[in-house]
Amino acid sequence: MKKTFFQKYGILIIFLLLCLVLSFLSPVFLSIPNLINVVRQISINGILAIGMTLVILTGGIDLSVGSQVALTGAIVAGLQAHGQGAFLAVIVGLLLGAFLGCINGLIITKGGLPPFIVTLGMLTAARGLTLIYTGGRPIYDLSKAFNFIGAGYLGSIPIPVIILTLVLLVSHFVLKYTIFGREVYAVGGNPEASVYSGINKEKRLVQVYTIMGFLSGLTGIVLTSRLGSADPTAGVGFELDAITAVVIGGTSMFGGEGAVTGTLIGALIIGVINNGLNLLNVSSYYQQVVKGVIVVGAVLMDNYARKKQQKISE
Amino acid sequence: MASDYLLEMEGVSKRFSGVKALNNVEFRVKSGEVHALIGENGAGKSTLIKILSGIHKMDTGTICFNGSKVIIQSPRHAQQLGIATVHQELNLFPALSVSENIFIGRLPRKKSGIVDWHLLKKETEKLFNKLGIEIDPTTTVESLGVAEKQLVEIARALSQGAKLVIMDEPTSSLSQGEAERLFKIITALKANGITFIYVTHKLEELFQIADRITVFRDGCYIKTKEIADCSYQELVELMVGRELTSLFPKVQVELGEPVFKVNNLSRNKEIENVSFSIRRGEILGISGLVGAGRTELARCLFGVTLPTNGEIYMNEKQLTIKKPLDAIKQGICLVPEDRKNQGLVLKMSVQKNISLSILSMFRKTFGFIDGHKESATVQDAVAQLKIKTPSVEQLVGNLSGGNQQKVVFAKEFLADPQLLILDEPTRGVDVGAKAEIHRLIGNFVKKGGSVLMISSELPEIMGMSDRILVMSKGKIVKEFQRSEATQEKILEYAL
Repeated sequence: MKKTFFQKYGILIIFLLLCLVLSFLSPVFLSIPNLINVVRQISINGILAIGMTLVILTGGIDLSVGSQVALTGAIVAGLQAHGQGAFLAVIVGLLLGAFLGCINGLIITKGGLPPFIVTLGMLTAARGLTLIYTGGRPIYDLSKAFNFIGAGYLGSIPIPVIILTLVLLVSHFVLKYTIFGREVYAVGGNPEASVYSGINKEKRLVQVYTIMGFLSGLTGIVLTSRLGSADPTAGVGFELDAITAVVIGGTSMFGGEGAVTGTLIGALIIGVINNGLNLLNVSSYYQQVVKGVIVVGAVLMDNYARKKQQKISE
Repeated sequence: MASDYLLEMEGVSKRFSGVKALNNVEFRVKSGEVHALIGENGAGKSTLIKILSGIHKMDTGTICFNGSKVIIQSPRHAQQLGIATVHQELNLFPALSVSENIFIGRLPRKKSGIVDWHLLKKETEKLFNKLGIEIDPTTTVESLGVAEKQLVEIARALSQGAKLVIMDEPTSSLSQGEAERLFKIITALKANGITFIYVTHKLEELFQIADRITVFRDGCYIKTKEIADCSYQELVELMVGRELTSLFPKVQVELGEPVFKVNNLSRNKEIENVSFSIRRGEILGISGLVGAGRTELARCLFGVTLPTNGEIYMNEKQLTIKKPLDAIKQGICLVPEDRKNQGLVLKMSVQKNISLSILSMFRKTFGFIDGHKESATVQDAVAQLKIKTPSVEQLVGNLSGGNQQKVVFAKEFLADPQLLILDEPTRGVDVGAKAEIHRLIGNFVKKGGSVLMISSELPEIMGMSDRILVMSKGKIVKEFQRSEATQEKILEYAL
């Protein structure tokens, strides 16, 4: 089956159309500083959404990423407040994230529970731990070196954007060209057949949830650094933004189909909508409505094109 | 209008994006007959059925049903006309009871609006009595076997006033015994004036069940004949359009020493004390009814499930198999019974499916896949097995059943097994592809491989095997040498 132009690039076309419309509505939109601003704003959601793409490719879901972001952020900030160096804090944060994800993966595979339930539990528990650790108050006193991660630039490019780019490139190549990537698609595409093919399904699932946790930890670090403090209520609802980006990007919620490049465009669409509505001074109440409509509309258009294609090829 | 025809289709054509699926075909079904529609995959049978059941609309042509011209608009419209289709994938609600399934959407109610369970049960029993079906109306559908589920679906169609029942591959997942029961019920319903269109790949059963046959080939109508005037050979030639020398070409192979041995293998109640050995170059057939423990045995040998007892030896060495990966590493591969759920990832390409079990062969540093090597290996296999696909990038889900099955075979052959376990290797595969698959199996044993073949098709088991084990209730109850086996003897032990 050949893919039509629209099928392959549909979501990209939607994104470009959106940019075109906004560039007419607001002269500022296409300026370089604004565009860099947009990309920096989506870097947090982008990193999470790339991890979420892996999870959803296996046919799973991770609802706990927002809480994982908050907990790692709090620990990373707390370590520094207690006089530890930024480097150590970052390493601990990444390991903690990976550890939380690994627990998710182990309970899902060894306990045989649906990812929805397990990560829902983690969402609540990790949030609780964050509140216990912080006593419900934000933690300041971060080191200067640490602040560079969220606020620094390399040339004219913000560090978070560089991190996002690296995460995107690595995950793209891993998914496309490695045995691990191939097996992730197989596990999501048909779990039973992948076991019959000699794939260690459980190992792959634990790995994927661990990577998700690692990226949540990374997000927690970038977010805390950027805000200059760790807020115990940070990251609430992040899981939904990440899932939204994945879905807009064309990854199937049933698993086995999709790509991180689509997810990036999904995250960009959300970012551009946010930015555009702000530039146009739309009240934040209306913004939510518009966002909801555009998100569903984009997926509808994409879906419609695919279905049409499928009907023809039947 | 000739009144003895219930259905007359004329000049029916249907194109899909330029490809002619049906080319000016005719199809006439008499009232009260069982009319078999046969042809290879891609012959247009499914398209015709989908037109009749309202899923597709024909481009040109006329349909005359029950004496009046109709254009079938939708599945609902087909149902209203009295055309019911029993699909391969059954359309039932597993968690609901049998009677609820039959009367879903029109459950009898009391005045208060609450479902009248008592009346529902009585109505179902009345219907079952009339049809000669013995199923408890209150059991849930999920606890029934495939054969019984089909009966429920037929009963539902008839309770809605169906005059014409289309059966699409009804026996593909039935054992011989279950199929016999289905045939009895079809025969009884036929006596009550119900008309059947019967689609199948199993030509043997046509002589038992069908009155007339119509053959399609490559989207064209070929012929309609009385089954009494046909021979098996003739049917095959009509379908394939060329002469088939032999359907089960038994390759003569010098048998070597025993390679694979199983001692007292048991698993719960599913398999009990199964022992056998297979020699180099040998095809060992396993016959038996569905539920006799054949598939359970295959899954156990392959490490999908674990035995509770017993040992497995390969070349005198005891094997520990805890998961399929262990089995593959030790030289045991499985072609599973359900290729769509167990054999293939339909959303993935031909290439990715074929290389899935052997990705480690293409490993480069950091776990990257050597794309050139992979694609060369796969291209080679596709050519050798004559898999018909536009390219190796094609999604496996878009191939015909026979070619899908060949993809599974390619995948297993590339893992270079010593023992190949085949579970229903030609289920739902057309005659041409079937012969090719049998040829592949023959080549495999000729090169010194060993095969354990499970099949519900007795001609296939008898045609291919060197020895035949008959299983019943988890045990091996009889062993036949190739020369001693007959259908009757095997069935006698299987039942």
